[in-house]
Amino acid sequence: MLSDKDRIFTNLYGFEPWTLDAARKRGDWDGTRELLAKGSDWIISEVKESGLRGRGGAGFPTGLKWSFMPKNSDRPSYLVVNADEGEPGTCKDRDMMRHDPHKLIEGCLLAGFAINAVAAYIYIRGEFVQEAKVLEAAIQEAYDAGLIGKNACGSGYDFDIYVHRGAGAYICGEETALIESLEGKKGQPRLKPPFPANVGVWGCPTTVNNVESIAVVPTILRRGASWFAGLGRPNNTGTKVFCISGHVNNPCNVEEEMGIPLKELIEKHAGGVRGGWDNLLAVIPGGSSVPVIPKSVCDTVLMDFDSLKEEKSGLGTAAVIVMDKSTDIVRAIARLSAFYKHESCGQCTPCREGTGWMWRVMERMVEGRAQKEEIDVLLDVTKQVEGHTICALGDAAAWPIQGLIRHFRPEIEKRIDAYQASHAVAAE
Amino acid sequence: MTVNVVSTGEAFEFTPENVAWAKQQIAKYPEGRQASAVMPLLHKAQEQNGGWLSKEALEYVGDFLDVPYMRVLEVASFYTMYNLKPVGKHVIEVCTTTPCWLRGSDEVVAACKKALGIGFGETTEDGEFTLLEVECAGACVNAPVMAYGGEYYEDLDADSTTRIIEAIRRGEKPKAGPQIDRQASAPVGGPTTLQNIARGEG
Repeated sequence: MLSDKDRIFTNLYGFEPWTLDAARKRGDWDGTRELLAKGSDWIISEVKESGLRGRGGAGFPTGLKWSFMPKNSDRPSYLVVNADEGEPGTCKDRDMMRHDPHKLIEGCLLAGFAINAVAAYIYIRGEFVQEAKVLEAAIQEAYDAGLIGKNACGSGYDFDIYVHRGAGAYICGEETALIESLEGKKGQPRLKPPFPANVGVWGCPTTVNNVESIAVVPTILRRGASWFAGLGRPNNTGTKVFCISGHVNNPCNVEEEMGIPLKELIEKHAGGVRGGWDNLLAVIPGGSSVPVIPKSVCDTVLMDFDSLKEEKSGLGTAAVIVMDKSTDIVRAIARLSAFYKHESCGQCTPCREGTGWMWRVMERMVEGRAQKEEIDVLLDVTKQVEGHTICALGDAAAWPIQGLIRHFRPEIEKRIDAYQASHAVAAE
Repeated sequence: MTVNVVSTGEAFEFTPENVAWAKQQIAKYPEGRQASAVMPLLHKAQEQNGGWLSKEALEYVGDFLDVPYMRVLEVASFYTMYNLKPVGKHVIEVCTTTPCWLRGSDEVVAACKKALGIGFGETTEDGEFTLLEVECAGACVNAPVMAYGGEYYEDLDADSTTRIIEAIRRGEKPKAGPQIDRQASAPVGGPTTLQNIARGEG
């Protein structure tokens, strides 16, 4: 288990105030000027060596992403922080913003400096009204203390930070949809290339990073890349805030070491599965978009990018949705299908039409009002949607259904049998 | 998709305070990029207009930003938080996505419908309450949750849901956050980590 001295988010639960004074006591804004003085190349190389992979779901190496930004551009560069947290199961960025906002603000300055940005825009989901208020107040504190703004921290570097509130669209968590939204448009993803590092917001070089990816940067730079890289496993380094929801005794957020066994995570921090470990049916280990894994996999799997990929699932946002044996697993996944249908932006035909089609078939599967051959038809349609859309929402809608069919086909078939049996009787 | 925009027949304009606020918002974005402020201005217009956006409000925001009306309507109809028809004085939003459903959002929904006598998407006859179903609110370890008045009400059951609605009906603002004994997203019974820090000894 990770020891407290290696935890980054020491005010995750908000036992202490979020304010600048309290944040300084927790070690934030300590020697920021000296870190800036080491230069942008040093910051990028430290973040690369730390092995930090993006915490928003895709797991792309953060330092590498920064290195794609042009060194000499005649256009201004921007850092955009993706705080449009909305992946079902995920609620970690919320805690960082409402309880530890100065980690994010200091991270914006350091990351922004590294990519030579003139400003950061933090795009926060519209429903997080209180969180946005705290964040704006904390940003004002940082301005008043000279930590950001003109000559930030006395470094000679000018850097502004702004909050932009969303208005209820899951798709804006996709980086190019977020950029469109920030420009004042519908949040419909853009084709890539060009990538945001070349043509991002307002046509300028832009890096989009998740809240957690940015908020861990100051601590990595202060404690050193090797400290962060020494936690977890190679290619899966550092600490991670996990969100454990569903059928556990004590749902919670907790910061743990990458690669912690799923069973240990649930039993140590969430009070175990309701009714005991043997009452576990399945877990969605990384937010709603990743395929479900059955108990047999949960028994041994490690919570990191590579381990979960080997099990044909993913770490995603590290949002662990636990389902015990009382769960109607078909309904649980069908509800996610409804979610993706609701959130499809409508731009690409396979997603716009496919999410609705898949949801309607899933609703019939819940009742068993289907033919067994339709399970394969449904699986085939998920493959037709997957990989055939501009953004990954189509994939995200397909994978939960694929995971269900992979591991719970007998349950779907049992339901079809039961429906047919009861209706055969009724017909007689 | 058909979008119906409701006209009130009365002009809409920001209060002087909101005009000043809107100008501050526009200043956040680079010069010539004032269209980026359409979302904050729509939020503010909705707030001033009793929780919804009329045709006049949309036109006003478009004029304010020098953005065509159609572009404003595109935005207002794309994002779910903008209401294009009148809503009740109190808007209750219940999350029913899988993590909330696993923790009993069906009970919360039933309690809301019973206490208010309306279904999702409906407003009570006296215009006091609107009940909405929302997708993942992003507070899943405190499920089930509902949102009201810019706050989240968490760790709900049928009883606490009913109590909250009754309190709102009486004109009170019930205490937001977890409705059971816990601190934010920490486990019930206290954190398993950071215990010294949590007690102020760290």
